Amino acid sequence: MGIFPEIPVAEWITAATEGIQEALKPIFTFLREDFGDFIEVFAEDWLMNVPIWLFILIVAVLAFFASGKKFGLVAFTVIGLWFVANQGLWEELMNTFTLVIFASLISVIIGVPFGIWMAKSKAVENILTPVLDFMQTMPAFVYLIPAVAFFGIGMVPGVFASVIFATPPTVRFTNLGIRQVSGELVEAADSFGTTGAQKLFKVQLPMAKKTIMAGINQTVMLALSMVVIASMIGAKGLGQSVITALQRAQVGPGFVAGFGIVILAIIIDRFTQNLNTQRGDNP
Amino acid sequence: MPVIDVKDLSKIFGKNAKKATKYLDEGLSKEEILKKTGNTVGVNRATFSVEEGEIFVIMGLSGSGKSTLVRLVNRLIEPTEGSVMIDGQDLAKMDNKSLREVRRKKLSMVFQRFALFPHRTILENAEFGLEIQNIDKEERRKKAQESLEMVGLGDYIHQFPGQLSGGMQQRVGLARALANDPEVLLMDEAFSALDPLIRKEMQDELLELQESMKKTILFITHDLDEALRIGDRIALMKDGKIVQIGTPEEILINPANDYVEKFVEDVDRSKVLTAEHIMKRPETVDIEKHGPRAALERMRKEGLSSIYVTDAKRNLKGYVTADDVSEAVKNEEDNLKNILRTDIVEVSEDTSMHEIFNVIHDATVPVAVTEDGRLKGIIVRGAVIAALSGSEVSLNGDLS
Repeated sequence: MGIFPEIPVAEWITAATEGIQEALKPIFTFLREDFGDFIEVFAEDWLMNVPIWLFILIVAVLAFFASGKKFGLVAFTVIGLWFVANQGLWEELMNTFTLVIFASLISVIIGVPFGIWMAKSKAVENILTPVLDFMQTMPAFVYLIPAVAFFGIGMVPGVFASVIFATPPTVRFTNLGIRQVSGELVEAADSFGTTGAQKLFKVQLPMAKKTIMAGINQTVMLALSMVVIASMIGAKGLGQSVITALQRAQVGPGFVAGFGIVILAIIIDRFTQNLNTQRGDNP
Repeated sequence: MPVIDVKDLSKIFGKNAKKATKYLDEGLSKEEILKKTGNTVGVNRATFSVEEGEIFVIMGLSGSGKSTLVRLVNRLIEPTEGSVMIDGQDLAKMDNKSLREVRRKKLSMVFQRFALFPHRTILENAEFGLEIQNIDKEERRKKAQESLEMVGLGDYIHQFPGQLSGGMQQRVGLARALANDPEVLLMDEAFSALDPLIRKEMQDELLELQESMKKTILFITHDLDEALRIGDRIALMKDGKIVQIGTPEEILINPANDYVEKFVEDVDRSKVLTAEHIMKRPETVDIEKHGPRAALERMRKEGLSSIYVTDAKRNLKGYVTADDVSEAVKNEEDNLKNILRTDIVEVSEDTSMHEIFNVIHDATVPVAVTEDGRLKGIIVRGAVIAALSGSEVSLNGDLS
């Protein structure tokens, strides 16, 4: 120490966070209240009002078509969901599902355009790469602190923290997918006189679709992995059951809630993977 | 006016291209410039023009800059200096919008590795150039379909490229390029990735299509046989420079320098040289004017055992042999009609040596080269062998 006084990094970050909080207050308020209400309506008034048998049936039918008319995924879906309902965790499952859906959707909506931007510009790639590394390696718990500062407690800060943690794969894979499109195909598109947008939508994105979908799959899985962490700041769902069980040292209920998360994870994973087929692929 | 007119076109890769162009002015070689500046000279002051309906081949080994050159012509690669006039407009100085317009309407490209879009069906590939011009679906499908039928793929339109063989894929590439009816086709090693047999088939087909299309074609290849086969004119490239431009014959017969000479050394001449190149001025007698006596005299003087007989307009009538003529002289006949023989092997001026080779060993007299029944020249066996061996082809260009 001595010559070098401690650099007040922590103070700076706190000050910056407070500054942001103050500057963007109207936006945060809107997100906390209106968006928060919408999430709640989505989970409690819509999803939970669907009869359990109907919900399972719909998911089973979707699974049938998503898996190319095979019955493995259908059977797993039916048994898995029935098990969760049987354990009295249906509401928690719906809340968790809502959190994952919103976090993933927002991540993809933010991630894909950034990925495209990164692919089109070397400079943007150079700037964003360390930012993405930072977002992914910073312990996810840390995001909870500004999330609470901005949005209080509940689902919204949970979605916020999940988005920060889950967006990087979509950005990275979109960038990678577009950059992987063979140079000759890009030249071919150019040689016919495409505009930048035509090249992107008719050649690059369709060709990169598989890679982008792999990134989205990762994003959804990361969002799901945030479920337990987000429940520490009041996000409802299966995560909350895990935390409660942990606090009370109840092994049984803890594992049951954990199974619920695993089941949801497997169903979502298979769904997103099976959607990932490309026209013109050799069977 | 030429359709493509390229002047002093250069491409230097890397930073500080300005400095490297200065070295080019000083006449430094590609290696010296690389050593001094770290820049790679892709194309060094290329100048050539391509006339309407011509197949102009740019030929060179890998690294000679030919692929760069063709990409400079449609500006897939930004030229360092020089001009590319397409129909009198300088592509090198165009803004992006006009450049797109020229690419859409006037230039189409066919790629070495086909560059088909794997996620689109054959029909959707073929219509790509029209689709991006926002031509309505029905019309562009119709044109794409016609174009696919032209290359013989009308039945495959709903397949994906991955389901087709290489040769078929390149037909799709060709159909895609032809669908927007461009003036100019740029073909970058279009047939190089194909098997030799398929390659030859595609070359024939291109020539056949060209008969009716009359496009202006810039064709890039590293295969000299291919260049000689399809090119109306050929430009030979080395180290980014064009070392010689000429017709296939000119390049074979008058190589501009050692490099070209070495290049053409191993060429199968039988495919390139034609009757015109090896025929000789024939000794003839006129059936109206000359009798057996005159014919015998002429044959004795020239040391021939037979002689061709024509009429006053050089229409070929047949030939007579020395034996028959002596007989006729003895019998005091006064014309050649009775001893005229007509079992002649006839070829035309553009018959390839390859074919001549096949007929000449059956011929008892020199092969006659005719055009519309008129005798233009004769070919003796020795000339064929000399030409095939590549030694001293005596060009009879003055024969007419």
